[in-house]
Amino acid sequence: MSILVNRDTKVIVQGITGQAGSFHARQMKEYGTQVVGGIAPGQGGTKSDGIYIFNTVQEAVDRTGANCSCVLVPPAYAADAIMEAADSELELIVVITKGIPLKDISRVKKYLEEKNSLMIGPNCPGIITPGECKVGIMPGYIHTRGNIGVVSRSSTLTYDLVWQLTRRGLGQSTCTSVGGALMRGMGFVDALELFERDSETQAVVIIGESGGTEEEEAAKFIKGKMTKPVVGYIAGRMAPLDKRISHAAAVMTGGRSSVEEKASALRDAGVVVSKSPALIAEAVARVLGLSS
Amino acid sequence: MKIHEYQSKELLAKYAVAVPKGTVASSVEKAASAYRKILKKGRCTVKAQVHVGDKGKAGGIKVVSGLPRLKKVAKDILKKRLVTAQTGPYGLLVRKILIEETIPTVSEFYLAITYDISLGTPVLLACRKRGGVEIGDIAKINPKMIIREDINPFTGILPYQSRRIAYKLGLKAEAIEEAAGQISNLVKAFLELDLSLVEINSWGLTRDKRMIVIDCKMEMDKDGVFRHPELKKLQEASEEDRLEAKAGDLGLDYIALSGNIGCMVNGTGLALATMDLIKLHGGEPANFLNIGGGATVEQVKEGFKVLLANRKVKAILVNIFGGIMKCDTIAQGIIEVAKKIRIKVPVVVRLEGTNFEKGRNLISKAKFNLIAASDMEDAAKKAVEAATTRKTRSIKKTKVSKKRR
Repeated sequence: MSILVNRDTKVIVQGITGQAGSFHARQMKEYGTQVVGGIAPGQGGTKSDGIYIFNTVQEAVDRTGANCSCVLVPPAYAADAIMEAADSELELIVVITKGIPLKDISRVKKYLEEKNSLMIGPNCPGIITPGECKVGIMPGYIHTRGNIGVVSRSSTLTYDLVWQLTRRGLGQSTCTSVGGALMRGMGFVDALELFERDSETQAVVIIGESGGTEEEEAAKFIKGKMTKPVVGYIAGRMAPLDKRISHAAAVMTGGRSSVEEKASALRDAGVVVSKSPALIAEAVARVLGLSS
Repeated sequence: MKIHEYQSKELLAKYAVAVPKGTVASSVEKAASAYRKILKKGRCTVKAQVHVGDKGKAGGIKVVSGLPRLKKVAKDILKKRLVTAQTGPYGLLVRKILIEETIPTVSEFYLAITYDISLGTPVLLACRKRGGVEIGDIAKINPKMIIREDINPFTGILPYQSRRIAYKLGLKAEAIEEAAGQISNLVKAFLELDLSLVEINSWGLTRDKRMIVIDCKMEMDKDGVFRHPELKKLQEASEEDRLEAKAGDLGLDYIALSGNIGCMVNGTGLALATMDLIKLHGGEPANFLNIGGGATVEQVKEGFKVLLANRKVKAILVNIFGGIMKCDTIAQGIIEVAKKIRIKVPVVVRLEGTNFEKGRNLISKAKFNLIAASDMEDAAKKAVEAATTRKTRSIKKTKVSKKRR
């Protein structure tokens, strides 16, 4: 088992004719993902690296049975692409695009309330079940199959952690990131819930960042509902990046956003929080009793 | 992206939101002619136009009576540095002042529209202000006093919602329609202009039952600005750190810090983690620079120039884990910069991820001094080492020269 994607997942790539779209569609296919089609309005009927291109998502779904989309559409058109995917009842919509306007994301979130699709992202590297399916832009070679679930807010820091795990001999069940956008689809709690239920996952690594309150919500969930061991790291302990906070934001969050508070909330919930970003895999090994 | 209060008020006026009569001025003479034009006599408010809150406490807002007094105050504020708790000791240079008619109010309110990040919805927050209590304190002490209305981002605020807010604020019957109309206009401006924040503190009720924006703060969603080229022009680069502005123009995410190790990293999380590691190894980062996932050779080059322009930088740490970003792109960028500018500080490079072999290959063939690092930990250690060794070396040099003297 794994979470959300596996060898049966049929993926379409929205924005496949763009530079990033074509490059990563090819990379996904080479990794072994079932990339069953690409979407590029006006270019239906053609092919990109052997992948069929459709004009609309609905057509691709009807013809291929796709159930997952990877969105690599430029920011100005991304919201429309996501809503099109949701309207065609794709189960999972993975949004890589960065820089989508807040208004657009808020519309997408409203639209998704009425649909059965789960959105990961925006501004995320995607999701990968090593050896089976990669939907996104992460480098495939750093992953190995195993029992550690990974969920994070960042992209490249996730790669770094995964690479640490792999070199330490700790394979992964599924790795995903909720993305770096201010407003997003899947959250930490959603992913933790899935990992808790997944029989293959033995332990979970969660990587947070300064800002927002999602780590606190995750801590609450872990404390109340999680039986599997969790290792964490919060990036940004040394960086005062939250200095420009408005009254309105403070009113909304109650001001709970410091890295120390997040780390202590997680520790409180029984999470082993690593101080160094370079020693997270070591902490996982210790938690699993594999450390010498 | 922040804009000035006078710019915010001009935008609000276009949406039929009532604001005081006012003009912006950059010199005492212009301030005087503005006063003559809008008021002729009586009281006016002079407001320093800098991107920082708590201007009033720092002396950046003054109510004056009569032309001679206005001239004196304008002279006192203009071209001076305004120092508040948020600006740091050097403060911000005041280039412009806003001169406005002073509007007497019978009661004042707080109004803000922003996004509720966790729900992903636009939200309006409102509150009746009482005797100088800060809105942040009200939120802490008695959060129930803050009225909240979620806004559907497709339809905008509906008339009944605006009315409901007006009633909850305790406004009297004769002011309800006026207030509700203004609230609807504000939300319309927020959504149409792709703003991320409008904060009206205060929103005043006048004796003749009109609602008027006394003070206003506006921020644009930086990701939405592409839809409003006319608003992009409102941003004044002079207000922000020169390097930050330059990096911003190039699509780089740069924040200046006080240390001496320049960092160039792809991805916010990895950049933050790299800075954490530098600190853990006893160093201090000179900046946060995220070159992003899709950076080009050009952006890498420009990012490098931004780092090198900071004279405090004693060593540079490049930490790249390629995803969308390809490692050979980074390597090419660094090498091209080195061809054009002499890089005097040591550069520690860690490359991993997409096309890492190509990238490392390019780096190893480079003709200038690059220190290769095997992982993030190694990179941070080497960068801290490089920065400190250089420091001691330069100290030794000065000692020697003193002896010679």
